[in-house]
Amino acid sequence: MRENCLKTVYELAKTDERIVFVGSDLGVGVLAEFKREMPDRFFMEGVAEQNLVGVSAGLAMEGHVVYLNTIATFLSRRCYEQVAVDLCLHNVNVRLIANGGGVVYAPLGPTHLATEDVAIMRALPNMTIVAPADAPEMIRFVRASVDHQGPIYIRVAKGHDPVVTTDTGPFVIGKAVPMRTGGEVLLVTTGVGLQVCLAAADKLAAEGVKAAVLHFPTIKPFDTAALHAHAEAAKAIVTVEEHTILGGLGGAAAEYLAETDLLASRRFKRVGIPDVFPSVYGDQNGMMRKYGISADAVAATAQSLLAARPKAARVAA
Amino acid sequence: MTMPRLDDRSKDLRRVIVRTLHKARRGHVGAAFSLIEIFRVLYDDVLRFNPQDPKWKGRDRCILSKGHGCLALYALLADKGYFPPAELDRFCAADGILGGHPDAGKVPGVEASTGALGHGLPIGLGIALAQRIAKRDSRVFVVLGDGECNEGSVWEAAMCAGKHGLSSLTAIVDYNKHQSYASTKEVQDLEPFADKWRSFGFAVREVDGHDVAALRETFKALPFAGDKPSAVIAHTVKGKGASFAENNMKWHHKNKVTDQEVEALLAAIGEA
Ligand SMILES: Cc1ncc(C[n+]2csc(CCOP(=O)(O)OP(=O)(O)O)c2C)c(N)n1
Repeated sequence: MRENCLKTVYELAKTDERIVFVGSDLGVGVLAEFKREMPDRFFMEGVAEQNLVGVSAGLAMEGHVVYLNTIATFLSRRCYEQVAVDLCLHNVNVRLIANGGGVVYAPLGPTHLATEDVAIMRALPNMTIVAPADAPEMIRFVRASVDHQGPIYIRVAKGHDPVVTTDTGPFVIGKAVPMRTGGEVLLVTTGVGLQVCLAAADKLAAEGVKAAVLHFPTIKPFDTAALHAHAEAAKAIVTVEEHTILGGLGGAAAEYLAETDLLASRRFKRVGIPDVFPSVYGDQNGMMRKYGISADAVAATAQSLLAARPKAARVAA
Repeated sequence: MTMPRLDDRSKDLRRVIVRTLHKARRGHVGAAFSLIEIFRVLYDDVLRFNPQDPKWKGRDRCILSKGHGCLALYALLADKGYFPPAELDRFCAADGILGGHPDAGKVPGVEASTGALGHGLPIGLGIALAQRIAKRDSRVFVVLGDGECNEGSVWEAAMCAGKHGLSSLTAIVDYNKHQSYASTKEVQDLEPFADKWRSFGFAVREVDGHDVAALRETFKALPFAGDKPSAVIAHTVKGKGASFAENNMKWHHKNKVTDQEVEALLAAIGEA
């Protein structure tokens, strides 16, 4: 997914002179062709992420569209003030390509996990957040990103994730994508969570329960209209994300649903990483399984919501 | 500069690292190999510590700020008995204590969780200030990467340490002239590097970071000035000890390490 993302940036840069690439101290050989063919628009500036965000803002202020790439947690945690002030307050066209969103870097430990990036980016005015589910969706997004006004945080998953999206038309920033429709259960997800939810929906189908799957490749702006429409048809809603349950996709859904009356007669649950620094190493899938981000666990969560007694309206005396 | 051949202890420690990464089939090889002599001299000859009581207040504190070099630190901590050597076989395993970066909450002897570059020197500075308040003579050593010195936080801490004239604090830079993408010269030249540290208020010495005797002598001379923090600029070779990995960016971080690569590493170490 990352390779396809960068390759698409390179392809676009060949015909669009506004496009500039900025990297920190990436792996050897990254975008060698960009550097060779467009050296004046290629920057590799070292392990100094805060500086890079400011530099990118300056380039964007002069009319460039800047694609800034490094590890997700170093773009989000480390540079938060630069992102807020230099990018969001000035509303400039910098696209943060954030490698290893979620728990991709499980063996490297908590300093390398990006498990609250969506939550903190969501809190910033003018920020757009996307988390494509697979490489084809990433490519379609990158093409759509060039002319978008304002900063974008791009959550990049692992490499070689299975292709699960089916759209081939232009990516519309801000639109959710219904992957399966209708049913008592609504699974709401983003990024590689889509793989998990599709498999969970299959499992539920085998158990006789129909589940809709609503994919949010854009998390901010949040497509509340799509959530509303699909929630109305469901009895149980489960959000699934490779992220803390605090303030991410589940938070966005909960905020919206709580402020409508949609939750009054429906069960709702956020699946994701609890409020901890993940305490195991191993690999991404193992860590996701540990926190219930797996087809089996999501299906079981949905079943338990369905099995719970219907809500009775209760008003404190 | 003609490099002395590596002695048995240096080779054995590198073999331990190779065995460690074999199981996990991944690791920052180059970054660990360039640190071996620095760490073995620190732990064999310089630091005051007690593996039976890792939190002993009177210990010297040693922080590996370039946390991705942890394979070298783990090899020394296992060697000194902080944890059973069998733990090395669970490097990066889900239920192991040794991750791809050192975690102070899990590994006895690790002072600070690092891995995000640019955190060790500020933390070390705070620890050194605490020793001064406590009137304790514990010293603080922070081991940094050269690429890591791109981070502004390193220089914020350096400036602050200079202001406080903390002679108990020593920054050791593993100056292997390479970072992740390429050489430091290409990505972000640090020169005049020693002068930079001097201008921030440090007393500086440069040393061949693979010459065990020279390292001993240099560390013995600490602090280099009574009223300043010290900086040791250790000239090293990234990947030192496995000729084909030396200064080879492909060996900065390796995953999916094959059995053949492991054998090649062991053979190369034998010849170093
Ligand atoms: C804040 C931060 N940014 C980026 C990284 C990713 N990273 C890991 S090692 C490395 C290169 C470090 O180079 P150097 O300090 O010279 O260490 P060496 O491996 O050369 O010994 C980078 C950029 C990181 N760990 N932390």
